[in-house]
Amino acid sequence: MSAGHLAVKDLCWRPGKNQPFLLHPVSFEISAGRVLGVVGPNGAGKSTLLRMIYHYQKPTSGQILVDRQDLWGMASKVAARKVAAVLQEQPGAFGLSVRDIVALGRTPHRSGLSSESAKDAQIIEAAIARMQLEALVARDFDTLSGGERQRVMVARALAQQPQVLVMDEPTNHLDIRHQLEILSLIRSLGLTIVVSLHDLNMAADVCDAILLLKDGRCQGFGSADDVLSEQLVSDTFSVTAQRQVLSVSQNQHLTFHLPT
Amino acid sequence: MIGAGVLLLLFSISVAISVGAVSVPLHTVWSILINQVAPGTIEQDWSKGRAAIVWDIRFPRALLACLVGAGLAVVGSSLQAVTRNPLADPHLLGISSGAAFGAIMVLMHTGMFWGLITVPLFAFGGALAATLLVLAVSQFAAATSADRLILAGVAVSFIVMSLANVLIFLGDPRATHTVVFWMLGGLGLAQWSHLVFPLSVLAVCGAYIWLNARKLNAMTVGDETASTLGIPVARFRLIIFVVGALITGVMVAFSGMIGFVGLMVPHIVRLLVGGDYARVIPASALFGAIYLLWSDIIARTIMAPEDMPIGIVTGLVGGMFFVWLLRRRAR
Repeated sequence: MSAGHLAVKDLCWRPGKNQPFLLHPVSFEISAGRVLGVVGPNGAGKSTLLRMIYHYQKPTSGQILVDRQDLWGMASKVAARKVAAVLQEQPGAFGLSVRDIVALGRTPHRSGLSSESAKDAQIIEAAIARMQLEALVARDFDTLSGGERQRVMVARALAQQPQVLVMDEPTNHLDIRHQLEILSLIRSLGLTIVVSLHDLNMAADVCDAILLLKDGRCQGFGSADDVLSEQLVSDTFSVTAQRQVLSVSQNQHLTFHLPT
Repeated sequence: MIGAGVLLLLFSISVAISVGAVSVPLHTVWSILINQVAPGTIEQDWSKGRAAIVWDIRFPRALLACLVGAGLAVVGSSLQAVTRNPLADPHLLGISSGAAFGAIMVLMHTGMFWGLITVPLFAFGGALAATLLVLAVSQFAAATSADRLILAGVAVSFIVMSLANVLIFLGDPRATHTVVFWMLGGLGLAQWSHLVFPLSVLAVCGAYIWLNARKLNAMTVGDETASTLGIPVARFRLIIFVVGALITGVMVAFSGMIGFVGLMVPHIVRLLVGGDYARVIPASALFGAIYLLWSDIIARTIMAPEDMPIGIVTGLVGGMFFVWLLRRRAR
């Protein structure tokens, strides 16, 4: 498994001809193994951008290049070996075990009729071990807690052996402890990661670069220090944002108030 | 597990052949069957009449029960995956009503102008039309969420069923027997010459569904996730619906509408073998066959010598199961 270089060029999307763009042309690049945080208010176009990167929604125009190969120029099965996604949708009550779910990650690597090979099994075991799910392999997915479910979905994505991993709001509905666990996990995966986050301080902590969106337009792209400035955050989110240095850790921290 | 299931299936078939207005001992049943396949292997100590009851009437009926039960259960389990709704079932989704409509059209109005295959063909056409109608209605009503798809199916089911009733009403005012057969199902029409249709459709379509078990697993997670695994989600769902309509159509053509088999069997199977569709599909086929065999045994014996419609049995059991399922899901 190796991280890939991700380049997005003039990518935009609208639902149909003569309809307004939900995402205006955006371009950015992140080098292999880096974490990009996508932030912005609701309806900013974060999901639209992510959906195009995980090969669900075809761009109106523009390109997504993984290691210089055009993602939308390849078959879905090939694209599925490049980009994996951990989304908010979760398996229904169908009694799939943890191992069944993780094994799904091998789908794009197997041809129609072949059964699971020894190599597949090895990769699945490795993904399970990586997420420390050994004790849960036989459990029914429905019976897991939110944090455990999230780890299973990450293991499933790892079994896919992608170069790029997309995560949509991975900290949603998790308690603080599990949020922190997921974030430290993101840092440790060694993959190129595109993650959408609501919490700006979390994004500043965990991401190498930040893409700030509003109304389908890019408001800024770069390091957290540059992009998450008081001015830009205040404008984008229609709040009064203040940057403070925390007295104990000396870390930068954003606080927000309604504008008066 | 599968071995035990096959043994249970063979035992159930034997019992189904053995019981009835004239009871035939199990060993005689097997002797007759073996003698039919390889004449002269066992010395004949039974009357010709018994041989005829076993071979010409009860055995094809038992095999039809197996095929219909297996087919409906396989359709139910695969529809549950692609709609991501554990309540999906060819009956509830209106597919069975469409098939009944097509079959009634042929039997009471147009006649079998293409020979024996006309009925299953029209039943398939009706099932397919009802399926597409359900998908169209759910699009129209913007009811793409799993629960509302079922409601669209129920709505279509009512509409198609009343249209079918119009056909019956127009056909023959004394046709109450036909009405009962199509509404409540029955295996009494089983004949050797008919079995080839459900058998071949189930073999081909069932194998196709089984080979796509991995995709069905992925579909239970969600459309977007399945798509990131390289699966063409919309096309695959449509194919499964069409294949499901094909199986349902041919089953309904020979047995009427038998409800709740496709809803209930996959749930019980998941409790036994887990949720992996590579196991759920064959186990559903096996268990569906066994379930319908026993339903038919009950339907034939409970008011003997009257043949009670099998749909009364599966409806009663399935309805109670539905309540249990709601209760389980509520917790």
